[in-house]
Amino acid sequence: MSAFVQYTVQGLAAGGFYALAALGLAVIFGVLGVVNFSHGACYMLGAVAAAVLLDVLHVHFWVALAIVPVLLFLVGVLMERLLIRWLLRLDPLYNFLLTFGLSLILVDVVKRRYGVSGLPYERPAGMTGQVHLGGIGLPTYSVFVCLFSLLICGVVWVLLTKTRVGMIVRACTEDADRSRALGINVGRWVTPVFGFGIALAGLAGVMAAPFRAITADMGGNFVIILFAVVVIGGLGSILGAVAAGFLVGLVEAYGQAYAPTFAQVAIFVLMAGVVLFRPAGLFGRDETA
Amino acid sequence: MTQQIKGSSGIIEPDLARRVNLDTAEHDVINPDLTRSTGKGRRRSQMRWIMLAVGMVATLALPWLVYPPVAMDIAAWALFAISVDLLLGYTGLLSFGHAAFWGSSSYVTGLIAINWGVPFPLAILGGMLFAMAIAVPIGYLSVRRTGIYFAMVTLAFAQMVYFVANQLSGLTGGENGLQAIPRSFFGIESVETDSFTFYYAAIGLILLGTWAAWRIVHSPFGRVLVAIRDNPARARALGYDVDRYKIIVFVLSAGLAGLAGGVFAISHGFTSLQELEWTTSGKVVLITVLGGIGTLWGGPLGAAIVVTLEDWLTSSGFEGTGIILGSIFVLIVLLFRHGIWGTTQDLFQRRRKAD
Repeated sequence: MSAFVQYTVQGLAAGGFYALAALGLAVIFGVLGVVNFSHGACYMLGAVAAAVLLDVLHVHFWVALAIVPVLLFLVGVLMERLLIRWLLRLDPLYNFLLTFGLSLILVDVVKRRYGVSGLPYERPAGMTGQVHLGGIGLPTYSVFVCLFSLLICGVVWVLLTKTRVGMIVRACTEDADRSRALGINVGRWVTPVFGFGIALAGLAGVMAAPFRAITADMGGNFVIILFAVVVIGGLGSILGAVAAGFLVGLVEAYGQAYAPTFAQVAIFVLMAGVVLFRPAGLFGRDETA
Repeated sequence: MTQQIKGSSGIIEPDLARRVNLDTAEHDVINPDLTRSTGKGRRRSQMRWIMLAVGMVATLALPWLVYPPVAMDIAAWALFAISVDLLLGYTGLLSFGHAAFWGSSSYVTGLIAINWGVPFPLAILGGMLFAMAIAVPIGYLSVRRTGIYFAMVTLAFAQMVYFVANQLSGLTGGENGLQAIPRSFFGIESVETDSFTFYYAAIGLILLGTWAAWRIVHSPFGRVLVAIRDNPARARALGYDVDRYKIIVFVLSAGLAGLAGGVFAISHGFTSLQELEWTTSGKVVLITVLGGIGTLWGGPLGAAIVVTLEDWLTSSGFEGTGIILGSIFVLIVLLFRHGIWGTTQDLFQRRRKAD
C-alpha cells in the first residue's frame, strides 16, 4: 500500500510537468491555432537556464522559479514577433514545421555551448528529505512538485475564468472570428499569450531541473509525450490538457513500477485507445473533418 | 477555433494546390489528343521526357560524382522523401512518424540478411512487407484525425515503435543496433564487397519504388487522393470512402519508406535506433519540403542537397548540423514554401504566361 502511494506521488509529480507544459501548449493552440513543436526545447531551456543561473550567478532555486519564466516569456515574445507571426494566416502545419526547425536550432546551440553530458543541479535546501504522511515516507520534492503544479494550474484556471483578461482569452480560444466580430482585438492578445505559454513550459523546466538530468536532449521525448497528452485530453481543451497531463504521469509511474519494460509504451497505448474510441479526446469537442 | 480546425483539413495553401492541379491536369481533364495537337502540350511532354532523361543520367552518374555510399544514401533518402510526399503533397496528410517504417524495415531487413543470408533484395522485400504490416494499425488509427492532429498522432506512434525496439534489445541489439549486416547477392563478389558496384545493383529497387510512386500518383486512385486533399467533404459526397483511401495510401507510402530503409540498412551494413528516432522523421519531412511538396522531383532534389550538405559538414568537423538544418527549415517555411522544385516551376510558369 505504501509503495502504491509512493508511485502515485511520483506519477503526480511527473504529471505536474506534463500538465503545466500541456497547459501552455493548449493555451497557445487555442488562441493562435499553433501547435508549438519547440515546447520541449523551451522546457529544456527553462531547466538549462536554472542550472546556468545557479552556477554562474548563484541564483537560488526559488528565485529561478520566478525569474526563468519571465525570461522564457521574453523568448516567446521574440519567437512570436520574429517568426510565428508571419505564418499565422496559413495552415497550422507550417508553424508546426517552423517550430520544429526552431527546436533543432535551440537544442544544437545548447549542445554546443554546454555539451551533451548533463548539467548538475542540487535539490534546494529543505527539499532533500522525506515527509511522513500517515506512516508513509514520501520524497519532499515530489510532494512539492505535485502541490505547486496543481497550485499554478489552479491560478491559471482562476485567471481564465474569473478575470476579464481570462474571459477575452477564452473567447479567442473558443471562436476567434466571433470574438473579433464582438470587438475584441484578437491580434493584441496573440503575442502575450504565446509568451505565457512558453513561460509555462519554462516553469516546468525549472521544476524539472533538480529532478531530471539536464541535457540538451531532455525536451525531445518530452514534447512527443506532450503531444500524446493533448491528443488524450483534446487539444482545444484547457481542462483536458491538465487532467490528461496528470493521467499520463500516473500511467508512466505505475508502468515503471509494475511493468517497467513497457512503461513508455503504455502512454501511447492509452493514446491509441483514446483515438480509437473518442477521437476528439477525453475533454475535446467533436470536430468536423 | 472551430474555424481553424475546419480549415486544417486541406493542408496546402490554395495557390499551391492549384499549381499542382495545373501540373497534373493534362493527364485526364484535357483530352490527350487535344493536348498533343497544341504546340504548348507538345512542348510540355517533350519537357517531361527531357527531365526524365536528365534524371536517369544523374541517377546513373551519381556514384562517379560523389563517394558511392553517399550516392546510395541520397538515393535511399530520395525514395523515403517521395514516400512522405505521397501523403503530404498528394493526399494532404503530414506524417511526422515515417521513421517508424524506414527504421523498422531497416531492422527487419538486417535480421533477415543476418539470420538467413538470402540475397539482399529478398531481405529488403521482407523489411518492406513488415513496414506495411505495422502501417495498417497505425494508419487505421491515425486517419481518424486530420491536419495537425494527424502529424501529432503519427509522431507519437512512431515514438512507440522506437520504445518497443529499444525494449526488445535481444532482437534489435538495443543501443548497439544491428552490426555486420551481410550484403549477399547471388555470390557476385563485386556487389557484395564494392559499394560502387552495389549502387548499381540496388538502384533498381529505388527506381522501382519511384516508378511505383509515379504510377500511384498518375492513376485514377491518385486522382481520388488529390480530390481528398483538396476537398475531403466533396470526395466523400461523391461516394469515395475517404478513410479507406487514406489508409491504403498510408500503407503504400509506408512500403516505399520501408523499401528505402531496407536499402539504407544493407548499404551501411548496420542499423541503429537512430533510424527510428523522431529526428529521422523530421529530417525526411525537411527534405520533402525543401525539394518541394506535390512534385515527386522535389524529394530527390532535397535528398541530394541535405545528404551532401550533412556529409560535407561532418567531414569538415562542424558539429552543429542541427543549427544548419534547423535554419534551412525555418527559412524554407518562411520564404519558399513551395520548395526548390516548386519555386523553379513557378518561375517557369510565370515566364510562360508572360510569353
